[in-house]
Amino acid sequence: MKRLLKIFFSSLCFLFHTHVFSQNMADTIMLLQEVEVVAKKYTEVIPAQKLESKELQRLNSFSVSDAIRYFAGVQIKDYGGVGGLKTVNIRSMGTNHMGVFYNGIQLGNAQNGQIDLGKFSLDNIGEISLYNGQKSEIFQSAKEFGPAGSIYLTTRRPRFEEDKSANIKAGLRFGSFDLLNPSVLFDYKIKDNLVATFNCEWINSSGKYKFRYQRVTPYGEIAYDTTAVRNNGDIDAVRMEGSLNGYMPGGNWKIHVYHYESERGVPGAIVNNVWRRGERLWDKNSFIQYSLTKEFGFGYSYKVNMKYANDFTHYVNNDNKLISVDNIYKQKEAFASVANKYSVLKNWDLSLAYDIQWNGLSEFADVNRLSQWVSVATAFTIADKFKTQASILATVINEESRERESAPVRKKLTPAVFMSYQPFNSSDLVLRAFYKRSFRMPSFNDLYYTDMGNAYLNPETADQYNVGILYDKNRENRFLSKFHVGVDAYYNLVKDKIVAYPKGQQFRWTMLNLGEVDIRGIDATMMMTFDLSGSLSLTGKVQYTYQEAIDITDESDNYYKHQIPYIPWRSGSAIGMLSWKEWGLNYSFIYVGERYNQQENIRYNHTQPWYTHDVSISKNLKLKSCEMRFSAEINNLLSQDYDVILNYPMPERNYRFVVSVSL
Amino acid sequence: MHQRIVILCILLCFFGCREIELVVPTEYEVLPGEIFDNNGPSRMYLLNEGNMGSNKSTIDFVDFRSMLYVRNIYSEKNPEVIMELGDVGNDIAVYGSKLYAVINCSHKVEVMDAKTCERIGRIDIPNCRYIKFSKGHAYVTSYVGPVAIDPDAQLGAVFKIDTTSLTVIDRATVGYQPDELEIIGEYIYVANSGGYRVPDYDYTISVVEMYAMRQIQQIPVGINLHRIKKDGYGRLWVSSRGNYKDVSSNLFVLERKSANSSEMIVTDTLNIACSDMVISGDSLYFYNVEFNTATEKNHVSYGIIDITTKKLVTDNFIKDGSEINITIPYGLEINPYNGDIYVTDAKNYVSSGQLHCYDRNGIKKWSVRTGDIPAHMCFLW
Repeated sequence: MKRLLKIFFSSLCFLFHTHVFSQNMADTIMLLQEVEVVAKKYTEVIPAQKLESKELQRLNSFSVSDAIRYFAGVQIKDYGGVGGLKTVNIRSMGTNHMGVFYNGIQLGNAQNGQIDLGKFSLDNIGEISLYNGQKSEIFQSAKEFGPAGSIYLTTRRPRFEEDKSANIKAGLRFGSFDLLNPSVLFDYKIKDNLVATFNCEWINSSGKYKFRYQRVTPYGEIAYDTTAVRNNGDIDAVRMEGSLNGYMPGGNWKIHVYHYESERGVPGAIVNNVWRRGERLWDKNSFIQYSLTKEFGFGYSYKVNMKYANDFTHYVNNDNKLISVDNIYKQKEAFASVANKYSVLKNWDLSLAYDIQWNGLSEFADVNRLSQWVSVATAFTIADKFKTQASILATVINEESRERESAPVRKKLTPAVFMSYQPFNSSDLVLRAFYKRSFRMPSFNDLYYTDMGNAYLNPETADQYNVGILYDKNRENRFLSKFHVGVDAYYNLVKDKIVAYPKGQQFRWTMLNLGEVDIRGIDATMMMTFDLSGSLSLTGKVQYTYQEAIDITDESDNYYKHQIPYIPWRSGSAIGMLSWKEWGLNYSFIYVGERYNQQENIRYNHTQPWYTHDVSISKNLKLKSCEMRFSAEINNLLSQDYDVILNYPMPERNYRFVVSVSL
Repeated sequence: MHQRIVILCILLCFFGCREIELVVPTEYEVLPGEIFDNNGPSRMYLLNEGNMGSNKSTIDFVDFRSMLYVRNIYSEKNPEVIMELGDVGNDIAVYGSKLYAVINCSHKVEVMDAKTCERIGRIDIPNCRYIKFSKGHAYVTSYVGPVAIDPDAQLGAVFKIDTTSLTVIDRATVGYQPDELEIIGEYIYVANSGGYRVPDYDYTISVVEMYAMRQIQQIPVGINLHRIKKDGYGRLWVSSRGNYKDVSSNLFVLERKSANSSEMIVTDTLNIACSDMVISGDSLYFYNVEFNTATEKNHVSYGIIDITTKKLVTDNFIKDGSEINITIPYGLEINPYNGDIYVTDAKNYVSSGQLHCYDRNGIKKWSVRTGDIPAHMCFLW
């Protein structure tokens, strides 16, 4: 038993940790509560793909979306630049099926259902995890059982060295695009069981970068070759975050306040005769959230989550060639959740959770939405070899719209089953499988947007089937000290897909539940660590995805059975991290294969593969109690000119420098 | 380490490399049907709009001499033009030896040689919509006139272009978001939509005197005007889009107030909904698409109006039942030589459309795949 536990525990831990990370951890003392957090991972039937702060630091990533590119099965839509929109899509099911959780509570955007992950800087992020299906832990809020895939962003946990009660860190990132990004961080231990943190950063960038478009005639002559500067991609943003963390026997609580404010240009598509656009966007996103977890001796635990969020968006189009637009959108969200867990037996847990959320939107439509979720879940383990979890989620959504017809009340039941099996005692081989049904609600835009919305839309559903195998080997003091390989095959079916449909005369649309997508894919990950000599180690990670996501809506469509837009058949990444004493050298490669930018897979819609090489070098310095870190990054080393989204050119080779001082 | 290299090599096999970005080539397709004699038009150009932001406006044409369908001619003929033809084509016309394409979101009128499709010039006009010609000048409607103090009251304009020097020589301010225009004598009639001012649509036709380029009158007609066509009797046929709710699309006829007056007034309201129309002889061909919210389907009619009686002759000029294969009609043209009817299908706006050809009796002759959102057609003689 103990051995098995140790193997399982270590395999999970080493999944994505580097050797360096564990080394550095040795000289700090963690709070006692940390152990609980790690111990919980053991209960996960299917562990997440994870990136932790040390690794994030080394990956040449600026925002959360940059880091997520290293996960298998994920597609990013990146409109380019520091301030450009960046959304994530998991296993081709669409952005709206993805849940993004910030410290355990979902980030919302009831208006269009999309979260711009470019807005979340990595400065204060301690860990990013990606779960297919759901976090396979039953002790969570009901809403967490909802999305088809989830990203968990966890802010950095304060850690104090012995006899220190404060941490101060100041950092500066600067480089291409006239980027200037200072940040400060302050942790303070008020009492042994009460910790405050504060973090603030300012991001300023002109967003200007060179891009190049080139065409060659079939005879090999240059047809055109033009280099221009991306304009109106500037950003000026401030983020402020603070938290108060309390610890008590068997529990902890946290209050977190977040405020983000920005002004940015929307660079827009580069089309013939148009090189500059006049769209501007002002955002104010604030939220306050509270969570409390408490465990009682008799096997009962509960968790309370609460959140209030306020979002303000001001959009202006002052391009003098276009009709001027000046719109303000205001969204409010209030959320409360209670989750309960009871351990009936040592190997059998039950959970029950209830969530309630209110969303309000004003401006183009005045809408209120009240959503309620109830989840029931169970988890049990047989002979320490077979683990399973099953959950069922009930969702009830009520809406009230002034001026327009309200959408009818919607009720949905969605089940999920997760399993893993370790067939041999002596090996680190795990087989796993899951099934999940999930749905996405039509957004306020889908339902009510000025004469395009359709209040009678049904939710869009997705069924996921996944089987996988995982092999982990950890051999201390050997040349190949760690080895991990995992392969998952999946089949997803998206039904009642919400699509824009031409309506009436001229260029007008309505939203209809018209679309069916069949998705089959394989995700593979591999990680190896080599101990080359005492202080020299090399970690390599490779990730590869093959996906076929075809439109099977209607046989008479000329794109029937064609790959859906912007889903590459092949994509992958490779990372190499070499560590020697305080030095670190990192290389990363990202590949996105050929894809089509529209539904029809014809020559006119073909989009070329893109791949970038990034390198960085870093050095840590210790001067008495002051720790310094320097790093220099080169992104897109070979200066490839590419588009992720058609007509949204990406930057050529660019540089970034990071300096930070910790006291 | 060898193992690692082997693995790397295997992995590389899974990846494809980036290639040189070639000029988008023209495609040729043989059309069924007899080759025309040399008296008819030699070509029919078709402008595909392309979805906004996609930069996929393209020009196709039917070559009647060889019965070939030529898809996407512009980029191959003009490889040196950066980012090809442009974003959202909105109108196409032949005048003299030149072909003019109005490219709305590229804010330009592209001028080509009508035979070779090679670029002659480019005229920058912001947010340009439709084009008409008279006496060596082109007139182009534009959604944006002079910059207004109140951004909600941004009037549209008609730009006057010299077709020899290809420069803008004058402009006149008209109503809100002007769409089609028509020229009778020295007057330009502009259908104002006001489509961006929901629910305060414009409802007027602006009358612009061509020499002074000055709006002299606004004739009230109906809300959200779109098409305007003249017939052989000096009348104007004007369609309105309505407000897509309680006011439906409509068709109006304007005639001179009296034989001596040049002033036009609305004489008939036909209560026939019309999305697009073409006048050929004494017949006005039109189609109409209306969305029925209850059935979530488009209701489409393809009608003919006798312009002398102003009565509906038929509400379905497609006689062989093949109209069920049209998702959303988006363009209509009549071959002036043999009366063939051309209807385009824009499908879902983000995939290739289709061009259907029917003979004058409404029997389908052929169909062909086009670019995205096939919409506007014109003939080359």
